[in-house]
Amino acid sequence: MISNLTSSERQYALLIAVAVALAGLAMAALGRSDTLGVHGVIVMLFAGVVIYLIMSSLYGPEPTEDRAVSYYDDPIKVGIVLSMAWAVFGMFMGVWVAAQLAWPDLAFDAAWSSFGRLRPTHTSGVIFGFGGNALIATSFHVVQRTSRARLAGQISPWFVLLGFNLFCVLAISGYLLGTTQSKEYAEAEWYADLWLVIVWVTYFILYIATIARRKEPHIYVANWYFMAFILVVAILHIVNNLALPVSWGHAKSYTIWPGVQDAMVQWWYGHNAVAFFLTAGFLGMLYYYLPVRAQRPIFSYRLSILSFWGITFFYMWAGSHHLHYTALPHWVQTLGMTFSVMLLVPSWASAGNALLTLNGAWHRVRDDATLRFMMAAVVFYGLSTFEGSFMAIRPVNSLSHYTDWTVGHVHAGALGWVALITFGSVYTLVPALWKRERMYSAALVEVHFWLAIAGTLIYVFAMWNSGIIQGLMWRTYTEEGALAYSFVDSLVAMYPYYIARAFGGLLFLLGAVVGCYNIWMTVRSAPLAVRETDAPVVPAAVPGE
Amino acid sequence: MPELFHRKLERSAIGFVIAIIAAASVGGIVEIAPLFTIDETIEHAPDMRVYTPLELAGRNIYVREGCYACHSQMIRTLRDEVERYGPYSLAVESQYDRPMLWGSKRTGPDLARVGGKYSDFWHVAHLTNPRDVVPESNMPAYTWLARTTLKTDDLPQHLAAQRALGVPYTDAMVENAARDAYGQATPDTDFSSGVTERYGDKTLVSAFDGVTTHVTEMDALVAYLQVLGRLTGAAYEDTAAPEKKPDPES
Repeated sequence: MISNLTSSERQYALLIAVAVALAGLAMAALGRSDTLGVHGVIVMLFAGVVIYLIMSSLYGPEPTEDRAVSYYDDPIKVGIVLSMAWAVFGMFMGVWVAAQLAWPDLAFDAAWSSFGRLRPTHTSGVIFGFGGNALIATSFHVVQRTSRARLAGQISPWFVLLGFNLFCVLAISGYLLGTTQSKEYAEAEWYADLWLVIVWVTYFILYIATIARRKEPHIYVANWYFMAFILVVAILHIVNNLALPVSWGHAKSYTIWPGVQDAMVQWWYGHNAVAFFLTAGFLGMLYYYLPVRAQRPIFSYRLSILSFWGITFFYMWAGSHHLHYTALPHWVQTLGMTFSVMLLVPSWASAGNALLTLNGAWHRVRDDATLRFMMAAVVFYGLSTFEGSFMAIRPVNSLSHYTDWTVGHVHAGALGWVALITFGSVYTLVPALWKRERMYSAALVEVHFWLAIAGTLIYVFAMWNSGIIQGLMWRTYTEEGALAYSFVDSLVAMYPYYIARAFGGLLFLLGAVVGCYNIWMTVRSAPLAVRETDAPVVPAAVPGE
Repeated sequence: MPELFHRKLERSAIGFVIAIIAAASVGGIVEIAPLFTIDETIEHAPDMRVYTPLELAGRNIYVREGCYACHSQMIRTLRDEVERYGPYSLAVESQYDRPMLWGSKRTGPDLARVGGKYSDFWHVAHLTNPRDVVPESNMPAYTWLARTTLKTDDLPQHLAAQRALGVPYTDAMVENAARDAYGQATPDTDFSSGVTERYGDKTLVSAFDGVTTHVTEMDALVAYLQVLGRLTGAAYEDTAAPEKKPDPES
């Protein structure tokens, strides 16, 4: 890894790591009576490990290969490994918090392990840790292959990848310490948010610079989605996290947005984190790995254009459907509902485009669990975008909001769409990256597939049931016109479903562990492949547009 | 031909970036900017008071513990919600809330109007072990709150930061923040008279956790829970289900 950097690049990387360590030192000094100080120490430790790694081969020999004639895959390999590690962590936390809802004593009477602190470690762990690393890794892979150009930087890909993981570590350790903004999916405090801005701007520059180097006249559709993902997430992140720290020595900050405006900004952010992090980015994956694996070109170029601009434009209006019947002005709710329903068109255009791409390759879907992962992901994408538009309709929302139905919907998307498309892409990518013939075991991919499908279905059905029962119990009246059930009655009715949900999540986690083992064995012992040329200058096989 | 145009757009990275920013900006601008300019967005409530330092500290504990993951603070304009929880929530009631804690999930009940609904003693017992008072509950136990002394020395900085963002704290409130936090949890002392002086007679001064020798995180959290829904009476004035406003002193 480091041996592929020239000695001046190593010195430069060392300089950056030392600067980060010094920033950690400043945080530790300023925040010595606060959790900010703990985070300063964590930053120093993180930078310390990087410094150690660089120092240990600082004076190693210069790289021998001509780097210009090969793609830059080292950061991608590390990104995939980190992504799978975060998957196991984040899903484990998910199973734990799910079990706490059924058996509250599983918090073991400690502050750090109570539900409210663990829940964001699950959401951030899977969304940012697992999903974010997978997106960074696959975007680096896709942009190079579809542009037939090497990444436009030697150190910046490492800076983006490791910097992003430092953000994840700060965010998640913060929640355990009680450092949180309590803004859903944007819980990390101001200094971690600032750091992410630096990382993200670097990511954007690197991405655009690589595209600028492309040997293809046109920018491939997967890159449209990755660009939208990088750009819009930056906008959302900055606007939603504008905050005033209590002092430079405090981890605590107060958001600049008050009350109703904060609610609108928060759900504009929250829903578009779904749109541009969990949808656009993963559609980027889909548009590359699905055609590659199916060995079929994308069905329709026009549908790609329609769905891309539809998603980019419509989604940004949809956030206010999280606030139906609240103190948010009615006109904003109505706009949110309207655009949410219209979103079905570009969403199903994407899903249809992907499924029709598989025409002529259905025998591969049957035989190849990796391609089946992606096919199932598309089906879940279609189902959950339909469900999302449906739930955004005001009267439907009156029943579903605040209940487990929302949780079920999110997981139909997160498990069924995001995780399945990621696993399908990873199983396509791993043998290519490590130059293996195939994954170590096709049978284990098959096992993983069925564990994931079973886990998702059990989870989603449990939450549909519990959510709808809960919503109906809250609004049931007796013949005398009194509310029929107390809140506690509705909670008691949830327990069987909470147990079922934890079990579904456990199956999904087991699938991810099987996947990790399979990847590990592939890297270690799968037979080496003689691959057709996979290099920037000479024409390489890329999917048709 | 739109396709021809798009073929051209695909050849320019910068053009594509600008197009994405343009397409993605419209929705947010149209939906967010008017919330600051349209007057009816937030009702006027002249009787609205700010959080006392103790209540703000309690709110920060609520934030720290992630209570919003299971409890909403937003009663919707639906008959069953109004009958279960009280008058529907108004925007003005969260005008000083940073962040807002409307929530998105009710594993537990809504808390927008929980203030005054239960005694301080009930809250302390419930937070210490929820299953002691609600056997079916799946809420975590927060035993350590009563053991942890509240950090009050930096409360003036917290109030100053809130004031910088537009919350109308006076100089006296900022200066006396730590003192007032102590006073609100220790009734019948010199400290407590300052609290009612600065925040109004209706401010609840109580030995929230039952111990007056020192101020704990339990004091702060209970003080916050007891003020929820009681910063203004505006919601009781004109709603679908008019109700008598509960007397804060009862």
